[in-house]
Amino acid sequence: MSEQEILAFDKADAIVDVPTHYCPGCQHGVAQRLAGELLSEMGLTENTLLVTSIGCSVFLYNYLHVDSVEAPHGRAPAVATGVKRARTDKFVLSYQGDGDLASIGMAEIMHCANRGENISIIFVNNTVYGMTGGQMAPTTLIGQKTTTSPAGRNASKEGLPIRMAEIIGSLGGVAYSARVALNNVKNIRKAKKAMKKAFEVQQKELGFGFIELLATCPTNWRMTPIQANERIENEMIPYFPLGVYKDVTAED
Amino acid sequence: MTKKGEKLFIKGNEAISRGAIAAGLKCYFGYPITPQNDIPEYMSAALPAVGGEFVQAESEVAAANMLIGAAAAGARCMTSSSSPGVSLKQEAISYLAGSQLPAVIVNMNRGGPGLGDIGPSQGDYFQATKGGGHGDYRTLVLAPGTCQECYDLVIEAFDLAFKYRNPVMILGDAIVGQMKEPVITRALEERNEEEGTEWRIEGAKDRDHRIIKSLFLTEGSLAGHNLALQAKYDEMAKNTKQELFETEDAELIVVAYGSIGRIVKSTVRKLRAQGHKVGLFRPITLYPFPSEELNKLAKQGKKFLTIEHNLGQMVEDVRLSIRTITDSDFFGFMPGNLPTPDDFEEPILKSLGGK
Ligand SMILES: Cc1ncc(C[n+]2csc(CCOP(=O)(O)OP(=O)(O)O)c2C)c(N)n1
Ligand code: SF4
Repeated sequence: MSEQEILAFDKADAIVDVPTHYCPGCQHGVAQRLAGELLSEMGLTENTLLVTSIGCSVFLYNYLHVDSVEAPHGRAPAVATGVKRARTDKFVLSYQGDGDLASIGMAEIMHCANRGENISIIFVNNTVYGMTGGQMAPTTLIGQKTTTSPAGRNASKEGLPIRMAEIIGSLGGVAYSARVALNNVKNIRKAKKAMKKAFEVQQKELGFGFIELLATCPTNWRMTPIQANERIENEMIPYFPLGVYKDVTAED
Repeated sequence: MTKKGEKLFIKGNEAISRGAIAAGLKCYFGYPITPQNDIPEYMSAALPAVGGEFVQAESEVAAANMLIGAAAAGARCMTSSSSPGVSLKQEAISYLAGSQLPAVIVNMNRGGPGLGDIGPSQGDYFQATKGGGHGDYRTLVLAPGTCQECYDLVIEAFDLAFKYRNPVMILGDAIVGQMKEPVITRALEERNEEEGTEWRIEGAKDRDHRIIKSLFLTEGSLAGHNLALQAKYDEMAKNTKQELFETEDAELIVVAYGSIGRIVKSTVRKLRAQGHKVGLFRPITLYPFPSEELNKLAKQGKKFLTIEHNLGQMVEDVRLSIRTITDSDFFGFMPGNLPTPDDFEEPILKSLGGK
């Protein structure tokens, strides 16, 4: 280390010191760092069982220093249910992309939430199937061009983008549901606070905690990281409003 | 190891449920489908009563995936279903096998393909024994022929699942699941739940984190994984289970499994009383198939007839087992109908006298 270099912050103990495989500007890395920091700050690292899913985030198990199990595409909420039912004393965290959670895994997420399983789910909405090369997702915006909606998503044929945080917030067993964005420092700070809330409701055994993160996929959006951040602000947030859709702790 | 138990008069489905609980079942995940509904119904009350978890899942897909989670956490866990439901579970069964996770899956086979009917059938033999999901894997398959075997084999299924870290399937049908018979239960000794689970996820403390997965991307690593799985399957093949009935001096051996094996046994008894030299070979492990035992009989010059409640599936394994020495006749009793011992008399006599 040269004399000019200073270590601005320490790596949280829940984060493994390895390079990640994400594209430049991809916010999976930001989301996962927030999760790792929270696990460390909340003293949860040794008590956490992580469920990872299919998509660009699949290698999350390499990046967090927690025991983990890999779920089939879309089934992470069911796998997490099994983990939690077997070990009710553990903190169970699951992480899914939008294709994973809102398409193939729609049934699993709805029923897991509705049963009020005491788990926390981080949902990364980048409006596209990342890993498989940028196909249309249930969250793809109207007019958004993807490899399977080359003319732009068309509401009359392909339906409207699904707003998960609102839907999850309407279900009985849910203790906390919120949507946040990772496009700037202010929003990232808010995102961490919201994630903390979702973790806390599990610790208090109040029910299901859900965090939707609006995130970039510069590669499949064919944008620079800066353009991608601007897209979150200008196109995603207007359709996917940020906010808390359910918080049982606020009601009492 | 076992204490004396009680004698009960119960259905095969209930025997499976009681056996699983006696074996230390911690989590059961299910979804209704005939003819196995007695299992989730029994579990919904009995399992919570002994401190276990029961979940009626939203689908067979979810139930089987809950199994992945509970198994990864090291719990003794089970799901049950019937044919169309088991098709939906195959994705998770492939992941269980690929992730080397122990779990028990019950299939009370009904008639198919498609929606078929709800009556007994052996149409899922291929799916059960050849791996109904994707990839190079095998599921250990046990086929009970009596209610007592339903009870005993499910206990054995848990031991095998943990011994090999592999999914184990109990393959029954509506006959064995729905009939009532006396069953002697066992009070099993307290098990240390943590024993044999040093691979499970439990929280990474004072060691590197554990990852349970079936993804092997780096060059050569999947090949290594699949070869290790194969070595495990080879090891399993050393311990097959089968019933031999009146085979010693038999000229014709009927090969039949599960409920049909049991019905054939009655036919064999009747034909023996009439002086016909027939016997029964009933495989209890369907995978691995008891090829060696069958081959021994072939070497003694026996004739073979395979009887199944389908159009001919296990007969392929029978033929593979004895192919260098002889062949097997086949008689398929159509699913959609319920056989009696008399139905098998004619085909057995024809085979005995034929060729
Ligand atoms: C059953 C099954 N179907 C399809 C796939 C292929 N697949 C892998 S990742 C993926 C999309 C994931 O997209 P998303 O959840 O949005 O995550 P991202 O990659 O954008 O982070 C698909 C369809 C699979 N692995 N399994
Ligand atoms: S393809 Fe998209 S989601 Fe995947 S790593 Fe690259 S930027 Fe991130």
